[in-house]
Amino acid sequence: MFVLVVGGGKVGYYLTKELIASGHEVALMEKDRRRGDQIKEEIGSIVIAQDGCEGKYLREAGANRADIVAAVTGDDEDNLVICQMAKHHFDVPRTIARVHNPKNERLFRHLGVDEIISPTRMILGSIEQDIPVHELLHLAALGVGELEIIEAHLQAGSPAIGKIALDLDVPPGCSLFGVIRNGQPTPLRSDTVLAEGDKVIAIGRPDCEVELRGQLIGEHVEA
Amino acid sequence: MKAVIVGCGRVGAGLADELDRAGWQVLIIDAVSSAFDRLPSGFGGTAIRGDGTDEDTLRREGAEGADLFLALTEGDNRNVMAAQLGIEALGVRQCVAKINDPVRAEAYAHLGITTLCRTNLMTTAVLGFLGQAVPDKPGIYAPEVPHIHADGQAHSIPEA
Repeated sequence: MFVLVVGGGKVGYYLTKELIASGHEVALMEKDRRRGDQIKEEIGSIVIAQDGCEGKYLREAGANRADIVAAVTGDDEDNLVICQMAKHHFDVPRTIARVHNPKNERLFRHLGVDEIISPTRMILGSIEQDIPVHELLHLAALGVGELEIIEAHLQAGSPAIGKIALDLDVPPGCSLFGVIRNGQPTPLRSDTVLAEGDKVIAIGRPDCEVELRGQLIGEHVEA
Repeated sequence: MKAVIVGCGRVGAGLADELDRAGWQVLIIDAVSSAFDRLPSGFGGTAIRGDGTDEDTLRREGAEGADLFLALTEGDNRNVMAAQLGIEALGVRQCVAKINDPVRAEAYAHLGITTLCRTNLMTTAVLGFLGQAVPDKPGIYAPEVPHIHADGQAHSIPEA
């Protein structure tokens, strides 16, 4: 497997070292000459001190035969361009981008980046799991992020309380698949009536969230 | 007619002024408020300090559905990203991204984005001035196809 890593900051540096240690062929591009030379001394000639956004240097680094391009610079726009150049100009089968602004995830996915890693989203998800908020919690992303597992904690005032779970008019692209009640996981049956304190687990597309929140949490919620 | 301009450098400010005088509704965005000093005192458009690659900012300032979107910051990649946001998320009909790297300018034109390349513009101008043969490298690459995604299809971004 030949992996081309673009961006020689902390993430790119450790990623490259780990990939080498697991026996992969790696090239690392870093546009800052001083930083590039510094890591070259340690890692060796696979470090290319050139701008990975430029077609010319991507070619020299072997982008046309790369199996994976991982764009891990500190700038979202650079990571987008690196992945788009790799995908459209060099036919790289798999592109991975690090994204800082979680709002950019949707655009990047839409523009064809195969995998999007958002440290902001990950930390946010981790914090949300610890703090009881009257919101939907993101438990996990499935596949390359088209689907996510969501938990909704039903509080007093939720429009779903007292209703049969399977009768709820959930948005298309979304499915309820269980309830955690008093700490016990319970599958949904045709007669399962939702109660205050239930944690409803759903799988759905991220774009269903707003509607799902309305169904399970309600519109008027104190934050 | 509504125009959004990201980047209030000399070209951005100049175009903002020209379009404003021609009767356009102009919104100009720059990350640094001192950049707006370049605008003439009688400028009738809106100048907003903010990140022109941030979808929320652009929406909040009413960029959605503009007739023209010009991405003219000093960063090629920032411009490419802003223009693609304009096309895909904001439904702007005409988006132009300034890309000074000729390779990227041509590559993105093949992906369906109108690109403006200062390097080509100036090379052509100087060679023309000297009476020398001018290479076929246009200052503006007009795309021949609609904007293309990974699947090779042009379609708009799904609504959230």
